[in-house]
Amino acid sequence: MFGDYSIGDLGSILVMQGFSGLILFSVYLLMALGLAIIFGQMGVINMAHGEFMILGAYMTYFCSHLFQSYLPGLYPGYFFVAMVVAFIVSGTAGLLVEWALIRHLYARPLDTLLATWGLSLIMQQAFRSGFGAREVGVELPTWMMGSLQVTSTIEVQINGLFVMALTLLITATVALLLYRSRWGLQVRAVMANRAMSGAAGIDTRRVDRLTFGLGCGIAGIAGSAFTMIGSTGPTAGQLYIVDTFLVVVFGGAQSLLGTIASAFTISQSQSTLEFFLTGSMAKVITLLIVIGVLMLRPQGLFVLKVRR
Amino acid sequence: MSEKWTTNLFNPTRRELLAGAAALSATAMLSPAALAQQFPTAKVNTTGLAVTDSEVTVGILHSVTGTMAISETGSVEAEKLAIDQINQQGGVLGRKIKFIQEDGASDWPTFAEKAKKLLVNDKCAAVMGCWTSASRKAVLPVFEQYNGMLYYPTFYEGLEQSKNVIYTGQEATQQILAGLNWVQQEKGAKTFYLLGSDYIWPRTSNKIARKHIENVLKMKVLGEEYFPLGNTQFNSVINKMKLAKPDVIYAIIVGGSNVAFYKQLKAAGIDLTKQTLMTISVTEDEIDGIGGENIVGAYACMKYFQSLDNPNNKAFVPAFKKMWGEKTVIGDVTQAAYLGPNLWKLTVEKAGSFDIDKIAAASPGVEFLGAPEGYVRIHENHHLWSKTRVGRARADGQYDVVYETKDLMEPNPFPKGYQ
Repeated sequence: MFGDYSIGDLGSILVMQGFSGLILFSVYLLMALGLAIIFGQMGVINMAHGEFMILGAYMTYFCSHLFQSYLPGLYPGYFFVAMVVAFIVSGTAGLLVEWALIRHLYARPLDTLLATWGLSLIMQQAFRSGFGAREVGVELPTWMMGSLQVTSTIEVQINGLFVMALTLLITATVALLLYRSRWGLQVRAVMANRAMSGAAGIDTRRVDRLTFGLGCGIAGIAGSAFTMIGSTGPTAGQLYIVDTFLVVVFGGAQSLLGTIASAFTISQSQSTLEFFLTGSMAKVITLLIVIGVLMLRPQGLFVLKVRR
Repeated sequence: MSEKWTTNLFNPTRRELLAGAAALSATAMLSPAALAQQFPTAKVNTTGLAVTDSEVTVGILHSVTGTMAISETGSVEAEKLAIDQINQQGGVLGRKIKFIQEDGASDWPTFAEKAKKLLVNDKCAAVMGCWTSASRKAVLPVFEQYNGMLYYPTFYEGLEQSKNVIYTGQEATQQILAGLNWVQQEKGAKTFYLLGSDYIWPRTSNKIARKHIENVLKMKVLGEEYFPLGNTQFNSVINKMKLAKPDVIYAIIVGGSNVAFYKQLKAAGIDLTKQTLMTISVTEDEIDGIGGENIVGAYACMKYFQSLDNPNNKAFVPAFKKMWGEKTVIGDVTQAAYLGPNLWKLTVEKAGSFDIDKIAAASPGVEFLGAPEGYVRIHENHHLWSKTRVGRARADGQYDVVYETKDLMEPNPFPKGYQ
């Protein structure tokens, strides 16, 4: 495979491959952040996470049409508006779902699994009835398509850069929120010891609701970003949910740093192995690594030390 | 001077007059009720199928939900259009067609289950159904065990033949070989990179393609990769292809993954008007989801394109759009699905019966002159004689037909040297 190419060419290809790995890392991290907050901080197994992502994607589709029909002049910038809309809509949907469904099931994690699975089926059918069973194509403004020519042989995809920048922004925001804000303090307190936090005067119900809403809002932004690289259809959420849970559980359910580290490990392993072997073998070996590590260290990569 | 005896419309002999009168009165008898009387249920249905004096039941079995919905919805629409048109012209043997539709939900065991229900509970006289080879393989034992008849519309890998299936789509040699020959001649292609989704059709098709490229065309295959159905990350293989620089990318990616693949290909800067890409899995239906601007310049090998210019197609496309909406598109499989009910009707009329054994025996030789692709004929091996065409994708989502075989290609599901 490496026979006929100069060192320069090879270097360029490896740089581009490394870049693809970073894009995959950003994709996994963006998917997993929302779920890490919900599953990690609240212990709620949200099987409908993929559908909240697709809700964000459909909102992007909706915005794209809105801008095309009524505000064609502003079309190149519509994507930013679409992401904000996706965040708001998915977040609000998350708040509603928490109030209507999840808050009754905090003591019963296995039941939340079933309930959110049912919710995902309901949402899939709602998409099917509202937008049609076939996949919809989301049109991107021209400046987001194609690639940048960094040097004569290295090309970098623009939407890849966009996804990476977005992930950085959101991860930084979430970290700031969790560790520097009042709300973040309350979330960490509730996670550490719910009974004591309640006794200390923290409204645990409100904290849970906002956390769930935030997690779903981030899922919405992720879904919006994924319209650039994947398809948008009623069942597209199912494609993401398994990998998302994998990343969250592997990283240690209660640690943000763990989620980052796990997304990095899984994506790099997948991307590098895929380059040298085939796609299926890469997935097999990656999953074997995950299983191996989890067998030795069931709590995941990073664990918060909590006195029990 | 001797005159040859000829028929003369304007000066008929008494014999001709009598024959004409008999024919006229015979056509007067061809109203549906009269036809049904001419073909009494007891005679045309000796195996207990759902046939009455006024109605016959057929089944429609496709995925309208799940990852295959994007592809299979068109087939359902075409079959319903064909059934509607046949009913408006009087039905089959004077009986109106009633259809029962079931959803395979892109899940192969569900297909087998619904097939059994259609054959055993509903006793359908025929079933129009399936799309992926996996779904067909799942239902085949059911059709053979309960002696049903399946009209299968998708182009597939061949290596199969059954008394209980009529394959209205191309098999691999009809689709793959002519296309590879054309791209090697037209583009001087020497190296190929094969891609596919990971299940039986792409794997078998690429196996046939590889044997043809290496043994017959004597060219090189640089790489062969497969991805699970539903996979959305193709960046690694795109980088590998940038490294390998093949003359032709031969892509058999199926279903929703197509959208991700072509978008990522475009984002990586691979311009399909410069890099030759040939596919056998992207019809106008898939381009609807991918976006025409992402795939412009790619070549597809099919037997039908919506842009075909012949009288049958010029009537078919508006009729389809009238029933299903101006914005619908019609791909190769949709057209092949349209052939199903029409071929079934012609076969039943030829056999004079709805019995499965009788229509299986009567199928070879049945011709459909109204086919939107031009003309088709059923072969003894239950596949169709049809032409192969190569089209180039346009930005508006339609194809320009750039090549068409002169003659009909004979279907050969068990080609020697390719197995």
